[in-house]
Amino acid sequence: MSALSIRVVKKSYGDLVALDGVSLEVEQGEFFGLLGPNGAGKTTLISCMAGLCTPDSGSIEVMGHDVQKDFRMARRQLGVVPQELVFDPFFTVRETLTFQSGYFGLNKNDDWIDEIMANLDLTNKANANMRSLSGGMKRRVLVAQALVHRPPVIILDEPTAGVDVELRQSLWQFISRLNQAGHTIVLTTHYLEEAESLCGRIAMLKQGRVVALDTTQNLLAKHRPPGMPPKILGDDGAADLEAVFVKIMAESK
Amino acid sequence: MEQVKPLVPVNALPKATIQSGFPALFRKEVRRFSSVAFQTVAAPILTAVLYLLIFGHVLASSPKIYGYEYAAFLIPGLVMMSILQNAFANTSSSLIQSKITGNLVFVLLAPLSHIEFFAAYVGAAMIRGLSVGLGVFMVTIWFAKIPFAAPIWIFVFALLGSALLGSMGLIAGIWADKYDQLAASQNFVIMPATMLSGVFYSIHSLPAFWLTVSHFNPFFYMIDGFRYGFFGDSDVSPYHSLLVLLLCMFLVSTLALRMLKKGYKLRH
Repeated sequence: MSALSIRVVKKSYGDLVALDGVSLEVEQGEFFGLLGPNGAGKTTLISCMAGLCTPDSGSIEVMGHDVQKDFRMARRQLGVVPQELVFDPFFTVRETLTFQSGYFGLNKNDDWIDEIMANLDLTNKANANMRSLSGGMKRRVLVAQALVHRPPVIILDEPTAGVDVELRQSLWQFISRLNQAGHTIVLTTHYLEEAESLCGRIAMLKQGRVVALDTTQNLLAKHRPPGMPPKILGDDGAADLEAVFVKIMAESK
Repeated sequence: MEQVKPLVPVNALPKATIQSGFPALFRKEVRRFSSVAFQTVAAPILTAVLYLLIFGHVLASSPKIYGYEYAAFLIPGLVMMSILQNAFANTSSSLIQSKITGNLVFVLLAPLSHIEFFAAYVGAAMIRGLSVGLGVFMVTIWFAKIPFAAPIWIFVFALLGSALLGSMGLIAGIWADKYDQLAASQNFVIMPATMLSGVFYSIHSLPAFWLTVSHFNPFFYMIDGFRYGFFGDSDVSPYHSLLVLLLCMFLVSTLALRMLKKGYKLRH
């Protein structure tokens, strides 16, 4: 059983085709990258996986559960870190996480909530109101909210956009540990060096279509742009992901 | 960073089961308004007391209604008006705020059914409406001698009325994209309908045309039925009012549940 099974998903908003028949399989335990320029359809695809939008056609399963027909079990298996920095200004960090856990029916979850807060360096902000937190701290709470129900599949939609180096490092350490513990991670990011170092496999989207899908190693090896200046070459002699990304996007119509 | 424990492997975690998220969402919604109770509970109580002081004084010499002085007639109407307006305000303001700030996504990502969503929001609206109503009653009861002829009707109409307006607020909150759209529904629909429902007068004091018009206002039946619980007397039979209220509740809750199930304006 795949962690994520996306079959010929199409989604349009009026005349705008956001997803044009996307198909992907993400296996359990993978660290999977979903890359593409702005407007490629990454967030729409994530929204469809999370049940925030309904595909016009096609189907999506999370751990074997259809996100439309069996939405409760599908959502129970999925943790999503949204791209936007959103929060509820009425509550403290601990209240936010306790309520979020409760929405999943987990009412005695304090030990795990404490553990997440410790891992994300939020413990000393547990009783701080969400309004008083810095942007980086709010981002950590967003990650924590996605993890309160210990989902086997975790989707991070540009989780490091606009955050400092320290948070990025601590976040990736924690996410890597979750991946090592067997959690499937799907990451979208515009920081391609992060995708290159973390993701075992990568799909590239352009205008709602998958234009590349392979292991990170193969993508780097196969798509080395000829005559690229040495400064963008990786240590192993393969082109770095940014050059590969630019090349694939330029070649795909 | 603190010392952290090794993580439990995914395959060693307990099997995921579906448990209701209703209690948490309900608690969250109650906590949302109670954390700003000065604004959400105390302020409407003060408004209702001001109505009583002004109208009660100006109309103190009015003829008795149902055999009681005007202030006694007015108080149950003010209590019910406060219940209805605040139940509506709770669901509608919570939803529009969550939609506009974007934090509704946390509820939408959870495995909550449309019924749990509806019950939690409307349940919390009922708590706020009834809290304000009780507060208004506790403060105003000292201004006039009020009987309790048929208390069961008081509870029935307070509960059903707050549930109906909570459901209407849910619809308005889902429908509205902007604060001014919500304000329009509050100021141009809910406010006039409650003010013109017989809170301040018996509809039998109206000219024939407006008497007929009042019978098409569902808020009139809520106020009238609620008032029956105090005086044992009303403009129309409480059974008639109850029937109208139940019909309205059925129609409004069906519409709200359909909107939630379809994800209207919530899921794209």
